[in-house]
Amino acid sequence: MIKLTINKKPYQVEVDPDTPLLWVLRDALGLVGTKYGCGVAQCGACVVHLNGEAVRSCVTKVSRAAGQKVVTIEGLAAKADHPVQKAWLELDVAQCGYCQSGQIMAAAVLLKENKNPTDADIDAAMAGNICRCGTYLRIREAIHLAAEMQRKGSNG
Amino acid sequence: MKQHPEYGTRTSALMKIITTLSVFIFLVTAVTTVYSGDYVISKSTETRLTDSVPVPLKAERDSVASVQAFSKVYKVLMSPRCMNCHPAGDVPLQGDDSHLHTMLPQRGVDGKGVYSMKCGNCHQPENTPGLNTPPGNPEWHLPPARMKMIFQGRTPHQLAKQLVNRKQNGDKSLEKLLEHADDTLVLAGWHPGEGRTLPPMSHAEFKKAWTTWIVKGAYAPNP
Repeated sequence: MIKLTINKKPYQVEVDPDTPLLWVLRDALGLVGTKYGCGVAQCGACVVHLNGEAVRSCVTKVSRAAGQKVVTIEGLAAKADHPVQKAWLELDVAQCGYCQSGQIMAAAVLLKENKNPTDADIDAAMAGNICRCGTYLRIREAIHLAAEMQRKGSNG
Repeated sequence: MKQHPEYGTRTSALMKIITTLSVFIFLVTAVTTVYSGDYVISKSTETRLTDSVPVPLKAERDSVASVQAFSKVYKVLMSPRCMNCHPAGDVPLQGDDSHLHTMLPQRGVDGKGVYSMKCGNCHQPENTPGLNTPPGNPEWHLPPARMKMIFQGRTPHQLAKQLVNRKQNGDKSLEKLLEHADDTLVLAGWHPGEGRTLPPMSHAEFKKAWTTWIVKGAYAPNP
């Protein structure tokens, strides 16, 4: 039995400790906002926060998350109104939308650590999140907008 | 022809002075040659070392053996398993061809990446199973920005000098350098995960060469 804290809620799961966290989130707990993309930490679709870091849940064993704080896209903001989520909607960033939960979770870590990122900061932070629709320019614009919202105190 | 007695005495005195000077110059030159050039351990380091562990013992110094051992050390340090995390730039290298790491993760101040692109986000405490999946280690990181400890592009001479310079080697004494052969990230080079070649010799052989290089005087090969 592995004890997890996900989106501030306690869970106990009966799984092999080597099971990827992504499978536990999606298959055992039904938190399907986090996506499977490549399975080898190459695309970023599966990013969740583990103690505030943007880890790739497809290669993170559930044992690494035991007793730690996990946040998924479902728990990023109580009303799905994190500045990044608001900016995403305002600028219609998503095209197919498959990558966006990973993109948003990665961007949230960037804005937590850098309140006013430059284009270079955004590129450095987001280079590991692939968007097959090629919405990179809108992603960058949305992060700037989210940073502005955050600076103005808009929690959304 | 008979010499003037005073002239003979002056010549003899002059010859003695020249002889003495020659011997003095010879001795100075010999000593300077032995303790300069590519001998890379400072005198202060030697003094400190003899207070703790006998490395390097003066009796053990052997520039030929030391340089020969370093040629093996160099082959390992310049192999992808070591050099890929000691890049000349701020992006790690990847693969047996040492290309820039895909996704271009940045070194960051502490060598552990930046923002949502930190090493530990993908590199787990252990190797991820599968071909060419992220290798892992609990300490996975690059050298920090303030001391990049670059291997890429270094000649044997440059790398040997860098490795023993405490201002360039992470402030490691020679004892610490010896211990570094068993550092967890050094050892990780011999457990690189599926799809990656090993360094060109076993860890035991590398450690023997590393130790010999240091104990025999940590000499640098000629430029």
